Amino acid sequence: MASKTINILVKIWRQNGPYVQGCLEEYPLRDISTDMSFLEMMDVLNENLTRKGQEPIAFDSDCREGICGMCGAVVNGTAHGPQKETTLCQLHMRQFHDGDTVVIEPFRSRGLPIVKDLVVDRSALDRIIQAGGYVSVNTGSPKDANTILVPQHVAEKAMDAAACIGCGACAAACPNGVPMLFLGAKVSQLALLPQGKLESKKRAIEMVLQMDKEGFGNCGNERECENVCPKGIKISNIARLNREFLKASFTIDH
Amino acid sequence: MCWFIQTFKSSLGKKYIMAITGFLLGGFLLVHALGNSSVFWGGEAFNSYAHHLHSMGPLVPLFEICLLAVFCLHIITAGYLFFENRAARGSQYAVQTSAGGRTWGSKTMPYTGIIILLFILLHLVNFHFPEKTVEKPISVFVVEVLHGPQALLYLIGLAALLLHISHGFWSLLQTLGISHPKYDQPLRVLAWILAGFMGAVFILVTLLVLFCKSYLAI
Repeated sequence: MASKTINILVKIWRQNGPYVQGCLEEYPLRDISTDMSFLEMMDVLNENLTRKGQEPIAFDSDCREGICGMCGAVVNGTAHGPQKETTLCQLHMRQFHDGDTVVIEPFRSRGLPIVKDLVVDRSALDRIIQAGGYVSVNTGSPKDANTILVPQHVAEKAMDAAACIGCGACAAACPNGVPMLFLGAKVSQLALLPQGKLESKKRAIEMVLQMDKEGFGNCGNERECENVCPKGIKISNIARLNREFLKASFTIDH
Repeated sequence: MCWFIQTFKSSLGKKYIMAITGFLLGGFLLVHALGNSSVFWGGEAFNSYAHHLHSMGPLVPLFEICLLAVFCLHIITAGYLFFENRAARGSQYAVQTSAGGRTWGSKTMPYTGIIILLFILLHLVNFHFPEKTVEKPISVFVVEVLHGPQALLYLIGLAALLLHISHGFWSLLQTLGISHPKYDQPLRVLAWILAGFMGAVFILVTLLVLFCKSYLAI
């Protein structure tokens, strides 16, 4: 397909710091190649701004391959933009048309406060992981292979949950601002495997309590998260979390 | 902290309260719909159903107190969740779209809940509190209320109820973790069918009495 160029109008949320009022500002962009990625378009805009002596737009990105979970913004009301199962960095300008207005806002949730412009502080998600999203493994000589048997279909299911990159789009898309899909995936990926079963009760309780401490809301089963997740994680993982927490709360013995 | 309080104070715990009380209210609604369907067999069938129900003696007030407790728990927890969730959302997006998950039912849960609460209060004033006698049985009250402009309020209340349970029935299963790739979709369809059935019975009863007063004549 031959590449072409488009002219678009971007409206971007500008906010100087965490506690100041922000607003949408308009920037017309000319001759944007449709082969560019969304973030390359942002780079072009930032170069233009820098040349004019204006403050460039702050936004997060790292691998730009859709696997690190660093990038993310809400494009025209949808977290990570219009293409399904795609991170913002993997979104391309061919998804847009000449003359389009593209509104770019940061992920919004009380638990993910804005640092500057499109950058949000996602350390709440790290603290949820620290509360229980791990397995304790004794160090020592390596075990023989296949001493712990895992059926293939279970390994696949755990891997589907482990695909979560912790980008926070689930909380951003959730009407109640809660990263329930993230938590469901992080609990599921370990609860499904024998290595994770040992600490599954403690994990479910500690991670849920930490999530509540971070000021997130309560899941309303609206299924918005499932529809924006760049890794296609299903809400059956949330159902598993609900089961795990219920079971753990009533049966944990310490 | 006591584990029980800790569990039900957590975000998931509050959702369990909503799901369990929602399930109990759904059960009551099903029995209520089946009972009301006796209207289709005429005034006498309906009055004898009401009479049999009230001949259960002390079980009636006991059941009423339990139902009131379940209602209160559902409403108080819902109010708490509504304000908590609104605060947790933080600032609103300038462009608001749905990614395809939300339904009319799920979007309007708190609002349809309030309409249902007002509707139940009206319903109790109409049918629960007045004294029923042999000369003036329940069917007479039904005709008095539904064969008139009040029927419109009933239809609005029932529409809200239908919307509320269209999300509520499936949602309570998900909250309690009842989900499996094999039967998640069938359960969702079943929840809609059940909600549709109940809504249809109540709405048909209202329309029947509104347009055909003589149907309930004794």
